[in-house]
Amino acid sequence: MLGKLDWSAIPFDQPIPMITSGVVALVILGVLAWVVLAGHLPYLWREWITSVDHKRIGVMYMTLALVMLLRGFSDAIMMRGQQAIAFHSQGYLPPEHFNQIFSAHGTIMIFFVAMPFVIGLMNLVVPLQLGVRDVAFPTLNSVGFWLTATGALLVNMSLVIGEFARTGWLPYPPLSELTYSPGVGVDYYLWSLEISGIGTLVAGINLVTTVLKLRTRGMSYLRMPMFCWTTLASNLLIVTAFPILTATLAMLILDRYFGFHFFSNEAGGNVMMFMNLIWAWGHPEVYILILPAFGVFSEVVATFSGKPLFGYRSMVLATMAICVISFMVWLHHFFTMGAGPNVNAIFGIASMIIAVPTGVKIYNWLFTMYGGRIRFTSPMLWSIGFMVTFILGGLTGVLVAVPPADFLLHNSLFLVAHFHNVIIGGVLFGAFAGYTYWFPKAFGFRLHEGLGKAAFWFWLIGFYVAFMPLYAVGLLGMTRRMQHYDIPEWRPWLIAAAFGAVLILIGIGFQIAQLVVSIRRREELRDRTGDPWQGRSLEWATASPPPVFNFAIMPDVRGGDAYWEIKSRARQQDIEKQEPDYEDIEMPRNSPTGFVCAFFATVMGFALIWHIWWMVAAGFVGAFATFVVFAWRDHDEYVIPAAEVARIDRANLAERRALAGAAGSA
Amino acid sequence: MADTTMAYAHIDPHQVRGIDEFGTHAGPASRRIVTGYGFWIFILSDIIMFSAFFATYAVLLGQTAGGPSGRDLFDLRNVAIETAFLLASSFTCGMASIAADMRNKTWFQVAMAVTCLFGLAFLTIEAREFASLVARGAGPTRSAFLSAFFSLVGLHGLHVSAGILWLLTMMAQVLAKGFRADIQRRILCFALFWHALDIIWIAVFTVVYLIGSAQ
Amino acid sequence: MNILDPQGPIGVANKTILIDSVAIMLAIVVPTIVAIFAFAFWFRQSNTRAAYRPDFAYSGRIELVVWSIPALTVILLGGVAWIGSHQLDPAIPVEGTGSPVRIQVVSLDWKWLFIYPDQGIATVNTLTVPAAAPLQFELTSGSVMNVFFIPQFGSMIYTMNGMVTRLHLRADNEGDFQGLSAHFSGDGFPDMLFDVHVVSPLAFPDWVASTARSAEVLDPGSYGKLARQSVDIARPTYRLDDPRLFDAIATQQIPPGPGPHITRESAQSHLGAADAR
Repeated sequence: MLGKLDWSAIPFDQPIPMITSGVVALVILGVLAWVVLAGHLPYLWREWITSVDHKRIGVMYMTLALVMLLRGFSDAIMMRGQQAIAFHSQGYLPPEHFNQIFSAHGTIMIFFVAMPFVIGLMNLVVPLQLGVRDVAFPTLNSVGFWLTATGALLVNMSLVIGEFARTGWLPYPPLSELTYSPGVGVDYYLWSLEISGIGTLVAGINLVTTVLKLRTRGMSYLRMPMFCWTTLASNLLIVTAFPILTATLAMLILDRYFGFHFFSNEAGGNVMMFMNLIWAWGHPEVYILILPAFGVFSEVVATFSGKPLFGYRSMVLATMAICVISFMVWLHHFFTMGAGPNVNAIFGIASMIIAVPTGVKIYNWLFTMYGGRIRFTSPMLWSIGFMVTFILGGLTGVLVAVPPADFLLHNSLFLVAHFHNVIIGGVLFGAFAGYTYWFPKAFGFRLHEGLGKAAFWFWLIGFYVAFMPLYAVGLLGMTRRMQHYDIPEWRPWLIAAAFGAVLILIGIGFQIAQLVVSIRRREELRDRTGDPWQGRSLEWATASPPPVFNFAIMPDVRGGDAYWEIKSRARQQDIEKQEPDYEDIEMPRNSPTGFVCAFFATVMGFALIWHIWWMVAAGFVGAFATFVVFAWRDHDEYVIPAAEVARIDRANLAERRALAGAAGSA
Repeated sequence: MADTTMAYAHIDPHQVRGIDEFGTHAGPASRRIVTGYGFWIFILSDIIMFSAFFATYAVLLGQTAGGPSGRDLFDLRNVAIETAFLLASSFTCGMASIAADMRNKTWFQVAMAVTCLFGLAFLTIEAREFASLVARGAGPTRSAFLSAFFSLVGLHGLHVSAGILWLLTMMAQVLAKGFRADIQRRILCFALFWHALDIIWIAVFTVVYLIGSAQ
Repeated sequence: MNILDPQGPIGVANKTILIDSVAIMLAIVVPTIVAIFAFAFWFRQSNTRAAYRPDFAYSGRIELVVWSIPALTVILLGGVAWIGSHQLDPAIPVEGTGSPVRIQVVSLDWKWLFIYPDQGIATVNTLTVPAAAPLQFELTSGSVMNVFFIPQFGSMIYTMNGMVTRLHLRADNEGDFQGLSAHFSGDGFPDMLFDVHVVSPLAFPDWVASTARSAEVLDPGSYGKLARQSVDIARPTYRLDDPRLFDAIATQQIPPGPGPHITRESAQSHLGAADAR
């Protein structure tokens, strides 16, 4: 009746998952109870859960990311703790448990922290920067978010019902085949990622179409903000790379569920093919993550230097070059598999070539600062911290791109330090910079700056204290994923690394405090101008938060740095702008499609993992029915009458002018 | 934003290029263009997914694990009949698109129904081929080559099945609501999907059946 | 296990490339980082002496330099990579004194089996080799992927079931070293350390002779026991009667090792492989 599921799936004898799940369950129930009892459920349903507004969906993506950051970081600190003490000892985490933790850590951080964070930022910001009202496919946007949330939910369910994969964040066969991983762990991984992969693909299609087909009048490609270019490149990569992941995981599913032989040891399966396929996705994936971060830095550095981005066209060229070359380097993830000198050398050189456009970007940010008037707000601090940290990470990356060097460093903690160097220093710092920079736009008040700076310093120093020792211990021969070890030389470094993780934990603490304090003191942190940072692009032309339709009249763009241009012209001409001709605006209607579809996807995913076939069928029927119901609706838009548009817009403009008048010229 | 409907043959070329008479970017494209474009991007991603399976097939072509190879198994006459049905269904799907543009419900429904029948014929022949292979001990669990064969051809078959579900849904939509603008856009997407499947089938029978038979 | 303290020519060459590459890159990276701090400090808003140039957004000359610096670095490093990859390809034989020693390596769950086909012996988790002699490794896996790595001797290489990879090393100095698996392979993975004893070329035949007197024979039967999932703290030695054993393993005539013992619990619960230990 319930497939493989029975009471033995719950790890009653393991205190850590039981206590953790208990606490999480209590927190979730507590929040739910508060929401329902305080009467917030209708608001939540109407304004968030069924919303198809890109701004709301962007915020939800980022909320998911931040929550999952806590889970992923808990895994990290557990691992650092284990390795600090597991010298001539089994530590406090037996292998079955430790192996799930490092697998969950990587999976969660990549798929449920980094991806949702950058997709959330792109969702929130890009339509505003392009001067339009929403993304190309708003309801599909909602579906994409909720399917991503489904994936996250399934991974977290594995903590208390069953187990997670014990293979690492990429399930290399034959270890991930049924023979060597007979439990449900790998199945949780596979279905969670297949489902959230659909969500990611949908976001990719949406954002590519938005950037290419929905820009306001006058905004040709070379007038788009840099963040929109990196969004384009990143989403082109999503659209072309994620199908490979879907296919490869499907093949592993077929092996595990139906006894196919893609990657099995027997009957001609080929494990090397898995490596090639998965990294053909895997390498573009890291560029999917870093390109939006690069876009954030382009925006932040220009704004807080008070200058336009240096070398815009060069940056565009560099971005698209990175996009294309990222598909040509995948073999550098397995130089030591024995492909031969020509193949190794070619992929090594290609991997170095991709460092060229990246280097160009760093120099262009450097020269953006040159001749500027730099304000060291926390987004700018994150950016400068990124520039230094990412250069070092890039150095170690180009180092391991040299095959003979990789022959010593592959899979070592040196490698682990390298990719954390670029992901934390690049993606995460970019995400935090973007979060701080665009928070006032989304919510109408700034984040507390002092706590933000404290968070930055603890993250920066904590990163170096945590990961520089890992470079060292990698040079001392230590490989990754060791649950215990006997080599005394490694120990001091691992203890230092654990201390670094604690510093990062304090940084996270400051970020949580920052959010709480900012919400409580939101009136004094209120931004009434819509432009708290003297921004250069169109999102700052709207109120904070923008009305649902973003722009009452879609702006006319006459050059790059569109909003800076508008502000300069307004100042120069001192125009008391005559009121525009307001028109009715049609906006897409909210829809529960995304949420309901994801509900059925969760049911299907869980049922597939536990082999509850009738439930799979029921879930599928439900999902299909949801789409048909959606397709059957007669009204997919609602009209905001011109009078209402005018009322909202006049109020926003009046507030802005009052503050500009009181403050003098900007 | 005016919603241009189905006058595809008469769209102002300046608007198609997104440039207005002053040579500047004219603003967001129409709903129909945006929908079609987005669906093309989806088809691109789907083709890439198929490419992964094609690449896998190429790698595993020789891994018969001592079992039967393509030459032993493939019945090219069968494949020819399947292909004929699928190509014919593309033709009738094109007829359905024209009927939709001309807002002719009867011909639309007839053309779609025939498309459906041809598609089902294709699927039936394919299912029978699969069943007979399994019965001969040449199922997907026999060898890596057969795993690759069944999954690539099967993935295409799965897409055709999904297409048929979609087809029936579109027939029902037109029956219930006529040729509303959003339904027209969905018919456009469905037609793109159906034709794309045909193109993929050409690749499948070339790579899998024709080249595979030479092994 | 320090890779910066190599004990053989491959390790020395790998390390040289590593250090040289870092040096080349530091020559660019250090000035860039200094410039970042310098520009950030000088152009801070409170510095009224700094020139504010809000229109400085393009310079062809700077662009040329900015594209050239990384490009030239990459060309240089690319040359290093090309030459180094060809010279240090694992499959290229290494010269040495004395006759080459052929060692066939099988990675198992969770131990290393070393077969010396020419000497008719086999050991588990202990590798004894003569100093300065060329070492010719042929590697395969009895189950899942692993990586054979002796950090102080140089390059590592994957082991995969049904396939044979090749590696050539040389150990120049006598002494005791360690190797490990550098690719996660399951619950017993951290215990896949093995000892490496580099003995004098005169002592090596004596060691071979005494090992050849081992009581146990390595044949498909005893191999099967080794292939079961376990962590071996004993270091058994065997004599090898059939030198084609490795080929039988590598071509899968002897099938790959079984996974964890599956009980009803392990098939559905969190304790998947517990029974195997």
